[in-house]
Amino acid sequence: MIEVNNVHKSFGDTHILKGISTTFEKGKTSLVIGQSGSGKTVFLKCLLGLFQPEKGSISYDGKIYSELDADEKRNLRSEMGMVFQGSALFDSMTILENVMFPLRMFTKQSKSEMQDRADFVLKRVNLADAHHKMPSEASGGMQKRVAIARAIVNKPKYLFCDEPNSGLDPKTAIVIDDLIHEITDEYNITTIINSHDMNSVMQIGEKIVFLKDGLKAWEGSKETIFKTDNEVVTDFVYSSELFKKVRQMYLEERQ
Amino acid sequence: MKYLHNIGAYFIMIKDMFRKPTKWSVMKTLIFKDIDDLIIGSLGIVAFISFFVGGVVTIQTALNITSPIIPKYLVGFATRQSIILEFAPTFISIIMAGKVGSFITSSIGTMRVTEQIDALEVMGINAINYLVFPKFIALMLYPFVISIAMFLGIIGGMAACIYGGFSTLDDYITGVQLDFIPFHITYAFIKTIVFAFILATIPSYHGFFMKGGALEVGKASTTAFVWTSVVIILLNYILTQLLLS
Repeated sequence: MIEVNNVHKSFGDTHILKGISTTFEKGKTSLVIGQSGSGKTVFLKCLLGLFQPEKGSISYDGKIYSELDADEKRNLRSEMGMVFQGSALFDSMTILENVMFPLRMFTKQSKSEMQDRADFVLKRVNLADAHHKMPSEASGGMQKRVAIARAIVNKPKYLFCDEPNSGLDPKTAIVIDDLIHEITDEYNITTIINSHDMNSVMQIGEKIVFLKDGLKAWEGSKETIFKTDNEVVTDFVYSSELFKKVRQMYLEERQ
Repeated sequence: MKYLHNIGAYFIMIKDMFRKPTKWSVMKTLIFKDIDDLIIGSLGIVAFISFFVGGVVTIQTALNITSPIIPKYLVGFATRQSIILEFAPTFISIIMAGKVGSFITSSIGTMRVTEQIDALEVMGINAINYLVFPKFIALMLYPFVISIAMFLGIIGGMAACIYGGFSTLDDYITGVQLDFIPFHITYAFIKTIVFAFILATIPSYHGFFMKGGALEVGKASTTAFVWTSVVIILLNYILTQLLLS
């Protein structure tokens, strides 16, 4: 579980995060949504420990990040997996080497043990035959799946995803969403996804945190987001005609 | 103010390069890869340039010795001195600032743009140690490249001398052996080691701390080349003053 308590972050005179507090539970897929410039990426980087908040605290299963020493921070980081927006695969390594990389860095496993584990996670993301391809030879969807495999190979407790669906076609986006959701459930990890994608919100948002201008404007789940009267949320989530109709149908069905 | 900030950040990067080392089994692979990319991959161009510039130095020297009282073996002497003292350590380092320096900046810069450096940092890896330290170690073999440059420069001079008819082989070899001061080799290799450090770190700094996209990677490579060359020229002057005067 990750607890965020009154987190503030500024860059120079620009106050980006203005006191965010929330909780992300274990075994649940949580989504952080909001317009561009709302502070989602800065918030995610604070959760990852890449940015230090000026005020407030973030605790991971009771361990407050800012109070840990360098070694404890390093150990905590090795329990985190991250799927970057652009996948961030190491382009000088094959897909198999990319997936084995966290194991090579943080475990004392033999090469065959590492290979077995990498094979297992690559099969889990339906990429059993792509071992020796270079990232540049893989499609966008494949790269995202490799990034997920790399993020989960070392059995992380926390999984972070920055817009995992960006640049993907709707069908592949659903595959990626389902995969992240299944993995979260299967390994009982705390998953936080930064997203713009309203399909993801409706599909896998067990918890949704809506940010606006560096503040938490709303939080709830995929069920409650249909019912909310919060104008800021409805303006953003139901900005398209399609989603307006979907919401209307949902509400009519419930009445 | 910006220059001061950059100088400070550069020295912090140097300190971080030795902190929290990467696992040796991984580091070993990175070092061998960088030796291949930076040292072995540069041998061809260094050999080509050294041979022909050695030839040109010989021709220029021979053509400028017009007085009949100046012995012909001075051509070999002047070629040796020019190549060992300046051409091989300094001129080749400027070329390497273009070849190796821009390779280092663009490869690290591309990793920054594509979030690969962020990925390393998220995993708790000291990205500066992981990326810069192997290049620093690989470039500690740079004196080997410069030795080859010295040898081929003198051979190139010899070929130009004989085939151009400027002096005999015996005269040239006599000149090359004349008044040889072993400390000149030490001086050249001290410069080479210092330049190797500069070649590994300044381009890495510009790649690692670049901001922006693909266009900025190109700009960072150019800036890295300019600053690496400036620092090499400046240190060349200071080291020459300290070691030879």
